Parts: sequence; structure tokens; C-alpha cells
Amino acid sequence: MVDKSNKVINALKETGFFKPRKIYDGGKVIVGIIILFALVAFPLLYNMGKAAKVPDPKIDTPEIQKLPEKERVCVEPKEYMTENHMKLLNDWRDWVVREGSRDYIGFTKKKYTMSLQNTCLECHSNYDNFCNECHKYAGITPYCWSCHVEKPEEWAAGKPEEEK
Amino acid sequence: MFEKALVGDRRYWGLVIALLAMIGVGFVLYLWQLKVGLKITGMSRDVSWGFYIAQFTYLVGIAASAVMVVLPCYLHDYKAFGRITILGEFLAVAAVSMCGLFIFIDLGKPVRMFNILLHPTPNSVMFWDMIVLNMYLLINMVIGWTVLEAERNAAPPPKWVKPLIYLSIPWAPTIHIVTAFLYSGIPGRGFWLTAIMAPRFLSSAFASGPALLILLALVIRRFTRFDPGREQIQTLAKIVTYCIIINVLFILFEVFTVFYSQIPEHMHHFEYLFFGIEGHGKLVPWMWFSLIGMVVASVLLVIPRIRRDETTLAIGCALVIVTTWIDKGLGLITGGFVPNPLDRITEYWPTVPEALITLGVWAVGFLILSILYKIAVSVKEEIMT
Amino acid sequence: MGGRKTGGGEVTDINRRKFLKLAGASTIVGLLGGWKAVELLAPGELDAKYLPKPEALTAKRWAMAVDIKKMNEDTAKKCIEVCHRIHNVPDIGDPRREIKWIWLEPFKNAFPGQPQEHIAERLKEEPFIVLCNHCDNPPCVRVCPTKATWKREDGIVMMDQHRCIGCRFCMAACPFGSRSFNWGDPRPFIKKRYPEYPTREKGVVEKCNFCAERLAKGLMPGCVEASDGALVFGDLADPKSEVRRVFRQHFAIKRKPHLGTNPQVYYIV
Repeated sequence: MVDKSNKVINALKETGFFKPRKIYDGGKVIVGIIILFALVAFPLLYNMGKAAKVPDPKIDTPEIQKLPEKERVCVEPKEYMTENHMKLLNDWRDWVVREGSRDYIGFTKKKYTMSLQNTCLECHSNYDNFCNECHKYAGITPYCWSCHVEKPEEWAAGKPEEEK
Repeated sequence: MFEKALVGDRRYWGLVIALLAMIGVGFVLYLWQLKVGLKITGMSRDVSWGFYIAQFTYLVGIAASAVMVVLPCYLHDYKAFGRITILGEFLAVAAVSMCGLFIFIDLGKPVRMFNILLHPTPNSVMFWDMIVLNMYLLINMVIGWTVLEAERNAAPPPKWVKPLIYLSIPWAPTIHIVTAFLYSGIPGRGFWLTAIMAPRFLSSAFASGPALLILLALVIRRFTRFDPGREQIQTLAKIVTYCIIINVLFILFEVFTVFYSQIPEHMHHFEYLFFGIEGHGKLVPWMWFSLIGMVVASVLLVIPRIRRDETTLAIGCALVIVTTWIDKGLGLITGGFVPNPLDRITEYWPTVPEALITLGVWAVGFLILSILYKIAVSVKEEIMT
Repeated sequence: MGGRKTGGGEVTDINRRKFLKLAGASTIVGLLGGWKAVELLAPGELDAKYLPKPEALTAKRWAMAVDIKKMNEDTAKKCIEVCHRIHNVPDIGDPRREIKWIWLEPFKNAFPGQPQEHIAERLKEEPFIVLCNHCDNPPCVRVCPTKATWKREDGIVMMDQHRCIGCRFCMAACPFGSRSFNWGDPRPFIKKRYPEYPTREKGVVEKCNFCAERLAKGLMPGCVEASDGALVFGDLADPKSEVRRVFRQHFAIKRKPHLGTNPQVYYIV
């Protein structure tokens, strides 16, 4: 057993890979590696032990509650919207602005006007508890809201805007 | 070869650090501009292009002037210039880099810069400008580096460099012609709607670029062991002389057409620049200094005794650089926008943040230039020993 | 085992290069064919997912006639107020940074270069309402590097603020000074907020869009509705339109016609 392992060690030594070598500027390199590790690991270490709240977008706005149960559907099914609302809005943007078409036929064959501000936000009037729930969790700031008003009533009433 | 830029004496590192400091200031102010918007500049609804685009226009000219060294060497076997083609090419790299940066900082939405490539629009001159400028940067980087490295290794450069060099010769004036086309194809701006815009750009470029190259060559001779050569500097001086004379003539041709035809729409801009209108005349002293300075420089440089003395030559070159900069960097843009299409006057002057950001970008260019020239000069010095 | 010398000439003999060529070609043909087959056989979308509103107003060439005789300063100010309100155009205050889609100019500024001395006194003092002319040969469209501004099939020169990079080439190219740039964030300067239309961000260009969003819903442009008949809007290609009727009765002038941009806002003087 020992004999065989000695053979292996000698074979490895013979490759020359494990020769003791000098690291030039070794001190600086080691320090650099430590700093790199500290920087890379910092986010993990800082948040260690803290759990972020799972996003819980609320769809119980008064406008949605007004609709009968059966009609509480979006332009597309919920799963599709969760995954694809960004692409949908991008498509809407191009179809409305660049092609001049404003009617969208949803999966229930109902017609909707393609407008984030006037259609989507008509039912989902709770930007803070709906759109922003997941966006804040994911740490993204889509710039749609710099132009398209996310809280039409407050904005029309002249309420000051908060930092997004 | 890049390691040559990492070793240097105190003066080299002093220069680098000073430039880095200027870049830092410009960068911080640019972050402010990104946050607040372009309103920190002096631009307005009427004068919607200003200092940044003016610098870009001037620097495209400097970049194009590399051809003035490459063409005689490669097309007409003027071997003397072979010694300094690298200086011309590296100057072009630094200048085009600055051009790209000036465009970038002038954009209202710089993060959308790639829309030009995502939605190519061949009828837009700006689309072509972006392409030809970036290609020119690439060409000069590749040529400069490859030829220098070959020189260092005492070997002939690889065969594929030659066609690239031949390509760079027509490409250089092309970048400046396309830039001139940005202005000369617009129907509503009488000051720019002239066929002589492209020739004027070229004459101004081929005067200011070689002039700058002469000054840089003198600096290199003074501070390093590499001497670009007296004959080379003298030939460049002749190029500067004739091109600045032609530039003055082109300006006078324009003045004739505009004032002999008496079309108000075209005359108003010259009147604003050189005489002021209704009390508005911020640029008047500058324009006269520029024009008279160009004439003085022409006269000085055309006299062989003055041209042959390298001190007076340097003064003449500095005068050429300053006057052409005023002409392109201040007069061209503002003159086109004032008076506005509705015959109203809104003057323009860069703000302090705008000027400091501009200085920061110039510092980036000079840093690139210093690094590249350090490499080139070190290689030349190495060969000499 | 040993190697076997291939004689040559047999049908099954094939060298490596030929094999690779054949394999490569077959793969490409196979992929293309397979892809096409999937396309043909896959269930297709029979219904369109989006279409224009049935009530949308359409035209081959939208144009506007400004009847100077019917226009006065109060009406003009109303038109401007309506336009700027329903589009959330900010009131910056500083004339160097202002944003305006439609505004008043005296005759000598709206029509520079035309001699003044002997025209009717009426015109000298008349308020001329100026806006984007939605030219038929627009230089602004020609220079835009991203097609963020383009000419629609119905003649309207549109802006896509999502694509604009803020290079301001269009502003340089416009011979009428119709375009404005957002030098800073416009929202703090929006006096009367209109929740149905978006605002703009800093860094993009904007201008009159002939109320394309209203036309799409079957409504006339805001300024036209507010003008009490002083502004006539319609399809130049339709001989029965209001705007054609007006031109049969009156003579109209255009701004800077010699530049060839073919503006579509006409002034009945």
C-alpha cells in the first residue's frame, strides 16, 4: 500500500509540476487575493442571516373587486403575464407607437386598448403593492415609470413624487 | 510592447498623474450631468449643439491628418516620413478616441447609443459617421501597433498590413468628409449649406493636424532621445503652410458668395459672427482673432526663413492650431445656430462644468497619446541603441 | 488484424474530406427542411393579435390649414393651452430650455426673409400660430440615425421617445425650429397634470405629433377642437375633406417653401 502510494508521489514529482517555486511579488499577490475575496464575498456576508420578504403582489384593488368573479382576468393568463409582461409591454410599445394600432385581443377574445397607464393600471391601480413588490425584490428599476405615470390619481392631484 | 508605458521617469509619471486628475474632475462632473441632464451646459433650444460637438468636429480633423504623413510615405516613396508615420497614426488613435467620447457625452440618452447599430438607418449621415470613425480607430490601432512591433523586432511587417495602410489613406479624408456632410446637407441652416464645407474642413484639418504633429515632434525631440528628424518637420511645415493658406482662401470664397449674392438668410450668420447683431456679439473678437491670426500664420509660414527656424515655426504652428480651433470649435457650430430659423438670437457660451468636462475628455485623449507615444518613442530609442 | 490496403474504384470507398463535405451539406439541408416542415405543419395563428381601432381616423395625407382671418390671440392661446395640457408639455419658464409644441410668432419670424414694408398692416400684427409642419419631405426624418422619428404612411412625422438617443440631429435639421429637447427632468415643471398621457424623460426630443393618439380614437387634434374653426384639419388626398374645400376657396402660403421640405401646415392669409 505504502509502496504504491510512494510510486504515485514520485511519478507526480517527476512531472515537475509540483516543484517548489518562487512567487514574484508574492506579498502583493496574496494581499490582492484577500482583498478580492473580501469584495466578492461582502454581499453574501452582509446579508447573512437576513431573509428577504417573498414578494406578494396584491390584486385586490377596488377596481378589480368591482368586477364579477368570472371577469377578473388579465389580457393574458396569470402565468403568462408573470413571465412575459415585459415582452408584452415592449410589443405594445412598438405596435402602438410605431405601427399605430391600439387594440389588443386578449386570450378571452376581449379587446383591450394597449396602454400601460390607462389599461393595465386601471385594474392594477396599486403600484406599490403590485408592480413594485416584485421589482423591489428583484432589485430592478424599469424606466417605464419615468414617463408612464404609475399612480395617475396621485400624480394628477399634484402629489410629490417619492424616490423610486 | 505595452510594458514600455509602465516605466518612465518623473516627468512622464507627473504628466500621467496630472492628466488623470483632470480626467477625474471631468468624470465626476459628467456623472452630475448624467443625473441632472444636459441643462448644466450652455446649450439651449436654439443652440442645440455646443462645445462638445464642436470639439468632436475639430478632433475628427486632427485624426484625419494622419494621412498627410502616410500618403507621401506609401504612395510616393517619401521614405523620410517612414520615421514618423507611427506618430501620425497614434495621434489619429488618440484623436478619434476623443471624438467618440465627445459624441457620447453629448447624447441625451447615452445608454441607448447602440440603437444606431440596432436600427441602422443608411439615409442618416450620423449612422455612417459612427461606422467610419470606429473603423478608422480600429485600422489605425492595428496598423500602428503592428508596424511598430515589426520595427522593434527588426523584421518586415506582415504582408496584410500593407493593404490596410492603403485603405487608411482614402479612409482618413472620408471620416472628415462624412463629418462635414453632417452639416452641409441640412436645408434649414444657411451657414452650413455650402458645398465648400467639406473642402474647408479638410484644409483646416490638414493645417491643424500636421501643425500639432510638428509641436509634438519638437516636444519629443526635447524630452527623449528620439529625434523625429529635421527634414520631416520641415516637410510637415510646408504642408501646414499651404493648407492654412488654402483654408483662408476658402473662408474668403465663402464670404464672397454670401455677401455678393446678398441673401439675408446666409449673410445673417456671418454678420452675427463678425459684427454682432442687435447688441449680441460674444464671438466677434474671437472670430476676428481667428481670421487675422490665420492670415498672419499664413504669411509667417510662407516665408522660408521663418519656417526653417524651428522656434518661429513652433509659434506659427501654435497660431494655426489656436485659430483653426476657434474657427471650428467656436465659430462653426454657434454660427450655424445663430440666428435661429425664426430669425431670433439666442447666444451660446459654454458653462464652467461643460468646459471642465470637455477638458476631462481632452485629458483622456492626451493620456492615450502620452501612453502610445511613450511606447513608440521607447521602441525607437531601443532600436537606436 | 493488420491494415488493409484499399484498392480504389469501389463504390463504397470514400475519403474523409468527401465524407465531411457530404455530412455538412446533409445537415444543412436537413435543418432547413425540417424547420420549414415544422413551420408549415405547426398550428398557425389565424386571428391577428392586435389591430387599429375601428373608429380611428385615417388619411393618405393629413394636413392643417390655419385661417389667419378667423384666428385671434385668445383663440390661439386656447389652442396652445389645450395642446400643452393634454400632452403634459412642461412649462420650464427659461426660454433657453423651454419646450413648446405649438406657439405664437409674429409674421416676420414665422416667415423670415419675406419683405415687410408693404404688406397689409393686418398681417404685421396678426398672431401666427406655428407648430411642426409634418413635412412631406422631412429633413429631420432624413437625418435621424435610429429612425426614432419617421414619417408615417398617413403623413404624420412621429416621435418614438423610447428609441430617441438625444443626439439632437433632428433639431439641427428642422428648418422651422419646431423641435424641443428635454434638457432636464420635465416632470417638476408640468403645471396641470394630465393622467391619460405619459410625460417624457430628460434627454429626448419632442414635438407636435398631430395628436396621433386622438386620431387613433376617432377624435380631432386638441388644437383643432379648441380653435373654433380657425384650424382646419383633414386629408389632402380626399377631395371631399374640409381642408380641400377650404383650399378651393382661399389662397394659402407655406413656411419656407423654397427649401423643398413640403410642409403640410398651410396659412390662409
